[in-house]
Amino acid sequence: MSDLPGDLLYTSEHEWLRREDDGTVTVGITDHAQASLGDLVYVELPEVGQDVDNGGDMAVVESVKAASDVYAPIDGNVVAVNEDLADDPEKINSEPYGEGWIVRIQPAGDIDNGELMTPDAYQALLDAEDG
Amino acid sequence: MPFIPHTEDDTREMLEAIGVDSINDLFDEIPKGLLAKGLGDVPEGLNEMQIARLMHKRAARDGLPLCFIGAGAYEHHVPQAAWDIATRGEFYSAYTPYQAEASQGTLQTIYEYQTMITALTGLDVSNASLYEGASGLAEAALMAVRSNRRVKSKRILLAPGVNPSYEKVAGAIAGTQGLSFERLAMDPDTGNAQASLADSGDPVAVVIQQPSFVGTLENVDRITNWAHDQGALVIAVVNPTALALLKAPGRWGEQGADIACGEGQPLGVPLSSGGPYFGFMTCRQQHVRQMPGRIVGRTTDLDDQPGYALTLQAREQHIRRSKATSNICTNQGLMVTAATIYMSLLGFEGLVQVARESHQNTAKLVAGLCSIDGIGRMFDGPFFHEVALRFDRPVAPLLTALAKRGILGGYDLSSEAYGNALLVCATETKTTADIDAYVSALGEIMATESRRSA
Repeated sequence: MSDLPGDLLYTSEHEWLRREDDGTVTVGITDHAQASLGDLVYVELPEVGQDVDNGGDMAVVESVKAASDVYAPIDGNVVAVNEDLADDPEKINSEPYGEGWIVRIQPAGDIDNGELMTPDAYQALLDAEDG
Repeated sequence: MPFIPHTEDDTREMLEAIGVDSINDLFDEIPKGLLAKGLGDVPEGLNEMQIARLMHKRAARDGLPLCFIGAGAYEHHVPQAAWDIATRGEFYSAYTPYQAEASQGTLQTIYEYQTMITALTGLDVSNASLYEGASGLAEAALMAVRSNRRVKSKRILLAPGVNPSYEKVAGAIAGTQGLSFERLAMDPDTGNAQASLADSGDPVAVVIQQPSFVGTLENVDRITNWAHDQGALVIAVVNPTALALLKAPGRWGEQGADIACGEGQPLGVPLSSGGPYFGFMTCRQQHVRQMPGRIVGRTTDLDDQPGYALTLQAREQHIRRSKATSNICTNQGLMVTAATIYMSLLGFEGLVQVARESHQNTAKLVAGLCSIDGIGRMFDGPFFHEVALRFDRPVAPLLTALAKRGILGGYDLSSEAYGNALLVCATETKTTADIDAYVSALGEIMATESRRSA
């Protein structure tokens, strides 16, 4: 069972969000997501400056056994992408909540869209999926 | 694998199991009005003896003409061994097998093919082949749009020398996905792109064919650099035989072309009424995830023995479903097997020899034809094994007259809006006697025509 950092918000697509001090939001995939995908070999990142829509495709993470879309969890504009993942996609496996972050988004508005989950709610989702 | 058709008993059992009276009941959903009543002019089946006789009769009508037509498909000598080996039971399939890794020999053949094609084109990665050259260009254009995300347009610029039928096919396939194809203006003296290339908006890719459709050699370095300066990718459409003598696309300009594709037929596939042929495609490493089709990689197994596997399959339909990089999930396995054996038998030196002799024969042919009154070269400058000739009269009647003498004289360029012009090609398969026969036949035909009209 993975420990969920308490300062993050989560989505049902197994992504996490962190509110940064400058108002931007950092997004990555959860420890559960990286464990299910297996060893990551490639990450396709969006362009900096690109607009993203809540629920739309934003990035692709590819492991030795599957490729999976990363969806934008909120509306906004991509202000940074984790270029290090081009050479080190396995950072997502080793540090999903740290060095393995994927994009940073400037939200278009309030990020509380009612779909984001607290650590407890996300844990309950994981328990239900395991069940 | 034996082919065992199901018997009438099998069919009856299966229908009983699903509770249906006849096979036709399974098609009940099709409205009666749409069903074909009969097959009209399609004749009844023939037995093996009858069909053999019919086909021999039709083949005899083709005769064994001397062929001087190129225009995208080329007659080359194919060593007997190429197809003797390719049609062995172990290789004789049109497809990459579905349990690919169980067929290590097939995968190794494709891997060797990929190695040879990357060496010829001077690029990093090859796929296992595509259907043929023209749809290969469509795939290359779609790939360029996926790969060059910084450019938002889907405008593809074509150098003047791109084969017109490739443009039609690419437009038909990729046009429905929003891509547009535009021609760069032609310099009428050289047949190539004009000397000064103006900035052209935001093209996502520029396509350069070498040698050009009308046989000229384009200044590929200049256009490659120009395209890259504009942020466009460069797609090279190349003749594989010509690459034995010409600069590989990977070395065009300062950075090299990004994608190369073309018709693989000259490598061991006989001319056969338009096919089956095969398309090849190679690219720089950085674009590999946008490449369509299958790719075979070399790896090591648990016992550290070399082995071959389909690689980067996350691009493909069985993994990515609707988000796959392309619909291509097969290759021209049999043609590629023949091409691999052809290239192995010739070696690079052999391919250079084929290319040289083809060039020399074409030079001889052109010198001979241009000594006839009323024929001259359309464009100045160097050529490989194909040349466009300007005539003082329509060429169609001349081609008909030549065909009566067993000579296929070339490709009539009037159909491509070049006026009274003919595209001729003489590969290594032509002897000096063949060339002389063509020149004297055409000389006679034209002299007779001139006397009649005088």
